[in-house]
Amino acid sequence: MAEVNTGGGEEKKGKPKKISLRVDFTPMVDMNMLLITFFMFCTTLSKPQTMDIVLPTKNIEGLKEEDQSLAPESKSITLILGEENKVYYYFGKPKFDDYTSLKETDYSPNGLRTMLAERNEKIVKEMTQLRIDRAKKKISEEVFKEKSEEIKKDESAQIVIIKPTDAATYKNLVDALDEMAICSVSRYAVVDMADADNYLVENLKTKGALSTQAPAPKN
Amino acid sequence: MSKVKVKKQSTFIDMTAMSDVTVLLLTFFMLTATFLPKEPVQVITPASVSETKIPEANVMTILIDPKGRVFLNLNDPEHKEEVLKNIGKDYNLNFTKKQMDSFYNLTSIGVPIKSLVGSDGKPGFLDLTMIQQDEILKNSPGVPTDTILSANNQLAVWVKAARNVNENLQLAIKADQGTPYLTVKNVFSTLQDLKENRYSLVTTLRGMPEGY
Repeated sequence: MAEVNTGGGEEKKGKPKKISLRVDFTPMVDMNMLLITFFMFCTTLSKPQTMDIVLPTKNIEGLKEEDQSLAPESKSITLILGEENKVYYYFGKPKFDDYTSLKETDYSPNGLRTMLAERNEKIVKEMTQLRIDRAKKKISEEVFKEKSEEIKKDESAQIVIIKPTDAATYKNLVDALDEMAICSVSRYAVVDMADADNYLVENLKTKGALSTQAPAPKN
Repeated sequence: MSKVKVKKQSTFIDMTAMSDVTVLLLTFFMLTATFLPKEPVQVITPASVSETKIPEANVMTILIDPKGRVFLNLNDPEHKEEVLKNIGKDYNLNFTKKQMDSFYNLTSIGVPIKSLVGSDGKPGFLDLTMIQQDEILKNSPGVPTDTILSANNQLAVWVKAARNVNENLQLAIKADQGTPYLTVKNVFSTLQDLKENRYSLVTTLRGMPEGY
């Protein structure tokens, strides 16, 4: 490779050896390119993504129960993140005497996402169109932000309450939050489980047997 | 008869200039590269479609491993020493200059505060070499956390100290995807008690599904 010729077999007497001092840099360039690629990937890919969440402040003093804004029944969905990647959900207020009001699903695209997208159909459609426009560079990033905020203010916007049980994993929570982003649900909250929610899940598991035995808890 | 001489064309391309350019680029990337901080536990974060990037400085990362151990990574070089000083005041500990430097270079906080400094002739955590520190961190129970806000909840102590020194500090939570929610809830609850309600959850990127 390197062109430092030392002549070879048939040396001619008397003539000085011709030594070429040209060094082939190709392997050096190859190696540098490899190193550059390595550093390029390391710098850009090492920065992890984040997802911002805001949790409610605990026990604000002076805040009475009637001051807390209640989600309108027709628009609220309550998700209970259960064990073994199960999700239970109900719309509006819980119906304690009817165990079928609580439905069971999972985190697959056909489960939770389809349900949320159906409930939030109008906004999902508009947002999808908006994202396509952005991808085609029809609208700028600022316009996209403005418009998406406008869309999310729509009357049909759903309010989702996420209640992770202790048996759920962290992945379940992030998956659920992720579905909010995918289905363009802008109003959601992570809330602790209440007795009533445990009762609902138990009632579903026993197919309504619990509601005939024990009365529903108050909260 | 004259021989037609075919000119011998050399296929040898001078790569020197090319090499110069690549070396320059290489130097640039090497100097700008920021490497991932060393973490005592390997954590596989869950995936999300969120594209927000984590800020470069002023971040306190709370690392939670599947067993529920908690480690802290304070990425705030300007205020790091001040944080330690304030902690020392609360716990009546005095840190030497050498221990301060050791803390400055430490990536993960993961031992009880009391064992940072040695006692009765025993060397403290900050007196050890980096390799020894790594070894201890791997087997340590992490920062002591409690469900209730007490002096034993050192996660709260650290977060409070870091917040007092730097107002713009952001909290990031990096937990393994298999961590039970109960563990994460305890951390959330501690932070909520401190009136810290805004966190960034560290995730890996996944593509937006088709049709949304």
